[in-house]
Amino acid sequence: MKDQLEKKKVKRIKINLDKCVGCRACEIACSAFHATPKYSSINPARSRIRMVIDELNDEYVPIRARDYTKAECDGRHVYTINEKEYSECSFCGAVCPARNLFKEPDSGLPLKCDMCVDDPPLKEPLCVQVCKVEALTYEEYEEEVKEEVKLGEMEIGLQSLVDKHGLQKLVDTVARMSQKG
Amino acid sequence: MRYAETGYNLEIDLTRGNIERVETDPRLTELHLGGQGTAAKILWDRVPPETDPFSPDNLLIFSTGLLLSTPVPGANRTAVNTISPQTGLYSHSLFGGFFGPELKHAGYDKIIIRGKSPSLVYLYINNDKVELRDASHLQGKGALETGALIKKELKDQEVQVVAIGLAGENRVYSATIEHHNSSASRGVGVIMGDKKLKAIAVRGTKDINIARPAELFELCNNMYQYIHDNPHYTGDIMAHEDDEEFHVDNFAWGNARTRVKGFWNKEREEKWKAISDKVRVRWTGCYNCPKDCHQAIKYPGRHTYFTKCYSKLTYAMAAFKELDFDYDILGVTQEYGLDGFSTPQILAFAVELYEAGILTDQDLPGFPTDTGERFFYLVEKLVRREGVGDALANGVYWAARQIGKGAEEYDHNSIKKFEQVPLKLGMINYPYFLMYATGEKMNITQIEGSYPQIPIADLEERKKFVDNWEAAPERFKKWFMEWEPRQHPTIEASVNICDWNETMHYVDDAIGTCAWLSSFRGQFGGRPAYHIYNLPKFISLATGMELDTDELWKIAARNRNLIRAFNIRRGLRRVDEAPPANHWKIRDPEKEQQTLDAYYEFKGWNKEGIPTKETLDKLGLDYVSEDFVQRGILTGNEGAPSKETSAETEKN
Repeated sequence: MKDQLEKKKVKRIKINLDKCVGCRACEIACSAFHATPKYSSINPARSRIRMVIDELNDEYVPIRARDYTKAECDGRHVYTINEKEYSECSFCGAVCPARNLFKEPDSGLPLKCDMCVDDPPLKEPLCVQVCKVEALTYEEYEEEVKEEVKLGEMEIGLQSLVDKHGLQKLVDTVARMSQKG
Repeated sequence: MRYAETGYNLEIDLTRGNIERVETDPRLTELHLGGQGTAAKILWDRVPPETDPFSPDNLLIFSTGLLLSTPVPGANRTAVNTISPQTGLYSHSLFGGFFGPELKHAGYDKIIIRGKSPSLVYLYINNDKVELRDASHLQGKGALETGALIKKELKDQEVQVVAIGLAGENRVYSATIEHHNSSASRGVGVIMGDKKLKAIAVRGTKDINIARPAELFELCNNMYQYIHDNPHYTGDIMAHEDDEEFHVDNFAWGNARTRVKGFWNKEREEKWKAISDKVRVRWTGCYNCPKDCHQAIKYPGRHTYFTKCYSKLTYAMAAFKELDFDYDILGVTQEYGLDGFSTPQILAFAVELYEAGILTDQDLPGFPTDTGERFFYLVEKLVRREGVGDALANGVYWAARQIGKGAEEYDHNSIKKFEQVPLKLGMINYPYFLMYATGEKMNITQIEGSYPQIPIADLEERKKFVDNWEAAPERFKKWFMEWEPRQHPTIEASVNICDWNETMHYVDDAIGTCAWLSSFRGQFGGRPAYHIYNLPKFISLATGMELDTDELWKIAARNRNLIRAFNIRRGLRRVDEAPPANHWKIRDPEKEQQTLDAYYEFKGWNKEGIPTKETLDKLGLDYVSEDFVQRGILTGNEGAPSKETSAETEKN
């Protein structure tokens, strides 16, 4: 197992909260792109980008669906930015039990942003394309990352035993256990 | 399968607390499209002319436009229709924002509200779950504040809320229904309050079927780009402009009498711009529209609220004040839920009455000396119906008659008992004469808009304009080419201009496209996003209905005639179709009446402005003509109105 530096393409959507007008075109485009067949329906409830809007607090934050999580946070921050209070949830893309966002309305299954993977690839994700006020912009760049071989579940367990007892002791134990059958 | 629409209405009986989901007749969509078109049909069928606006039998209908929740950009408007206690006639208002699309995703095209609740309630719609909930804790709360409180109570930031403020609760005639950055005005909030319905909260996650989705999506993507790329042809230019010369120099100040010449200058523009920049927290848009026509305003000491175009000036001009006064008082009136067009007129009327000695210190104890402070004082009286506020809450027309002592003379700016935009000009303008006289939406902004307001002097420029004028039927190009400055259009042209202008609004009213992309917008620049030639394709792709320009025009005419018939049945006649005497300085009564005759004839109406049997039957409104004959409104012999024209003559 050796580590090496590898070039990796990173896709990034930049969000400028000051430019957002709250039109929700991003939600509409996203739900259309991910409908089956494609563009057959628009429904913000199926969108993988959602606007968190609190118009009386001048809060307009688009958030992108990330990973599913079984549990909600046990504590949440409140951020004050330019005298406006934002809940941590306003910036969080986790599909979590604390709220209804990013759950497929019929099945409740989690939705996740895939940056509009398509063949041929889109020049930029559709939510960015429709955001004419440029609250959403897109960029790709290359990053050098340490490429690690990801371990499987059993390997992680065994590695921890190796770390604790040493490889030889583990091998001996496994051999002894297998002889006992 | 139903396309573009859900095919279901919600029927709410507030008296009994009964809630039903009712399937609609697809044939009605073909005849009226949706929005106020189908609402008018329901009102015609279910609200007989003797119904008092405050009767439990009056309906309050929220109708989504047919194209809401399809990808069509800027289709986000909801129509609210009922009978207005101020005019006694059909009341129509539209609002944008996010409510209509959410309602459709919840699975309903309309909410039809009848009866009266015994106590203050709000309606909560969450897809198939619909319930009436107690709203006693929301009594007296501000209209936008109510929205925020309901979201918190339901623990759902995604619900969309419409609500009334204190004005609606107290049945003030100029009460609005407020939603996010938009409001429904012109006599609908008062009925919501009368029914003791504080708010409606809706959350929807269902799909809407589209007949030819991929094609429509592509068409809409291109339209989205066009709207964005053409700021001079779409959206509200005036909302973004700091140059207010057009409004402050052309519109009357105070109680719609006084023109303030030379008010506008560079210095003032800079001063006002600085005020706006200081209080504006953001430009915002409506659902699925790339425009940002609404300002979010945070004035010191006031809650956040939203303005559009002219409402940022209405109070300031009515009170002879500067812009900061308007931003300040709007912070109060928006939360009370008051119409930003009518209310300043009512307040300025009261100030005039006080100055004339008709209202005294006895009527207005402790009345301040400063007009601005007077406005704040009167607003509190008005929304609580306290003292003279009880009369003022009925609008200028009724207040003048209740107060008496010559107050009627000060009601000089209402048509059909409704306060008008104080646009008093010098020379009679015949297309505008017709729009003001025959319009049934009570505000010129809901009627004008396709044909330019002023001619182009330079012939080359004029030709260029006409060559690019895709939105206009051919006949208008000819008339526009012939139109020289300071010249009246012919009677024929005037009639057609009025007809085209109003027709485009009846289209928008039914499908939910915003007038700033469509019916209101062609008059400035001539290239609105939507027009009579490209809309049939959007509607066809969304609904699967075969539709061309002629058919769309015919549907608009059907809706126009049905609403007119509804009002005729309630007693509307030619005598009511008169702009105020001082609307223009130079008038020509004879030619005005000739023009009105010509318009009635063009529309297929008789001399009283009643659609003839032939006209109604041709539009498939046979049931209307039968009703008219039965009631004696029409004799069955075309052209001659019956002697018995009053609604009261109904036999059964």
